Amino acid sequence: MVCDGCKERDAVVHLTQIVESAVTQLHLCEKCAAERGVETTVATPKHPLGDFLQAVQQQMTSVKSDAGQCTFCSSTLKDFRASGRLGCAYCYKAFESSLRELLRRVHGSSRHAGRRYDAPKAQVVEEVTIIGELRDRLRRAVESEQFELAADLRDRIKVLE
Amino acid sequence: MTLDLSLLPDGGAGWLDASGDNADIVLSTRIRLARNVEGFAFTTRARDGERLRVLSQVRDAVREVPALASSVMVRVDELPANDRQLLHERHLVSKELAGLDSANPIRSGAAVFLADGLGVMVNEEDHLRLQALRSGFELDEAWSAISRLEKDLGDRVPFAYHHEFGFLTACPKNTGTGMRASVLIHLPGLVLTKEIGKALAGLQVVGVTYRGLYGEGSEVVGNFFQISNQTTLGRSEEELLEHLAGVVKRLIQKEHEARQHLLRTAGYIIEDKLWRAYGTLRYARSLTFDEAMNYLSGVRLAVGLKLIAGLSVYTLNKLLIFSQAAHLSYADGRTLSESEANLARARYVRTALADERDASA
Repeated sequence: MVCDGCKERDAVVHLTQIVESAVTQLHLCEKCAAERGVETTVATPKHPLGDFLQAVQQQMTSVKSDAGQCTFCSSTLKDFRASGRLGCAYCYKAFESSLRELLRRVHGSSRHAGRRYDAPKAQVVEEVTIIGELRDRLRRAVESEQFELAADLRDRIKVLE
Repeated sequence: MTLDLSLLPDGGAGWLDASGDNADIVLSTRIRLARNVEGFAFTTRARDGERLRVLSQVRDAVREVPALASSVMVRVDELPANDRQLLHERHLVSKELAGLDSANPIRSGAAVFLADGLGVMVNEEDHLRLQALRSGFELDEAWSAISRLEKDLGDRVPFAYHHEFGFLTACPKNTGTGMRASVLIHLPGLVLTKEIGKALAGLQVVGVTYRGLYGEGSEVVGNFFQISNQTTLGRSEEELLEHLAGVVKRLIQKEHEARQHLLRTAGYIIEDKLWRAYGTLRYARSLTFDEAMNYLSGVRLAVGLKLIAGLSVYTLNKLLIFSQAAHLSYADGRTLSESEANLARARYVRTALADERDASA
């Protein structure tokens, strides 16, 4: 949406005015809004992910004890920094130290205080699914010549078998 | 159009019935829990086949969960864009699951199980997003429904869980409880008295955040604010809910005070404005969505102040949801252009208000 004031920049402030009987909508860019003395804190909820990603960028300089890559989904910290999303549950183990710091920063704590959970006993079917998954990944790792990853995957399959 | 909303339990609109606490100020209460299924990459990293396997595993489990026994599964990924928009407008699926977000187009395996006031989104940002949706300010009731559902499902599907970090989610913002509780609240009094800036700034300080009508990144329209817990880790679900409830109660109190202040200091001006809003809705021939939302906000305030009688909060709730673009197209049986939708919106609002007047006369 283009700013109603300068007709150039993107409008980021959306103002609903009720003057006398008329309700009007005004869409302004930050500059024009400031010129008109509009407080921008009300009209624009801050993009919540914006702050978060910034925290990610600052915090996630890789810690030495962390792996370079997740063995399950092959995500790297760089992937996470770019998207703000982790690839799989195993990433929490691969990047544990970095994530602990990040969680402390975002939530003020890294220790879960909510409901405890025990997963239902893994059934045979379940394990096969995971092994199947790992074999699939192993094949792709070999194809793309990621031999270190392939060795990791092979070890994990052995343990499961 | 392939979706028949009448097949959904309660039409997917039970939460509009204004039966909950403080329903004139609080439109709805929603609690959602993010969960992932052990053994699969998270949704955005997973391949098509993995997402389909997650869906089939969840579908098997859902059959055994009492709360979902009569649920309907909607394969969102097989619906045309208009129908996906329709589900989103009705607050039944998120923008991301509906594939309406340009950054996240519709992905295979996207589905939702819908039951009375409960839903399970599959292959959202997380494999599972369980949600309970209630009319009015009903955090306790929503929590008891959603926690029972989570327990029953978690006994059958293994969730990704870490002894220290709790439930593991794709975005660390949700890690721990995976819980986001939000209350959709109408605050025109605080907006008109210009107290809203202070009230919202106060929220941030106490770990509560606000968004627009449709959640993350959405605009504030019609003076509706979604108030929710900001953090998900380090405190129990009950503590987070209790804290949020306290904040919302104070906001409701402040809103009441602002309304009384308006009546005391600018009684006839307010009364005149609100009746004009009503008049516009009652007689306009073309209404944009934003216009309709703003006037409806005024009329809702007038009903709250008892200036306008014979108009139920339920009707006002329905007007908010049913006057949206995809709903108007759905009612018309074809896709409407923007100008056609504006005409259809005015006609719909006009008729609904006229019917209500007649019914109460």
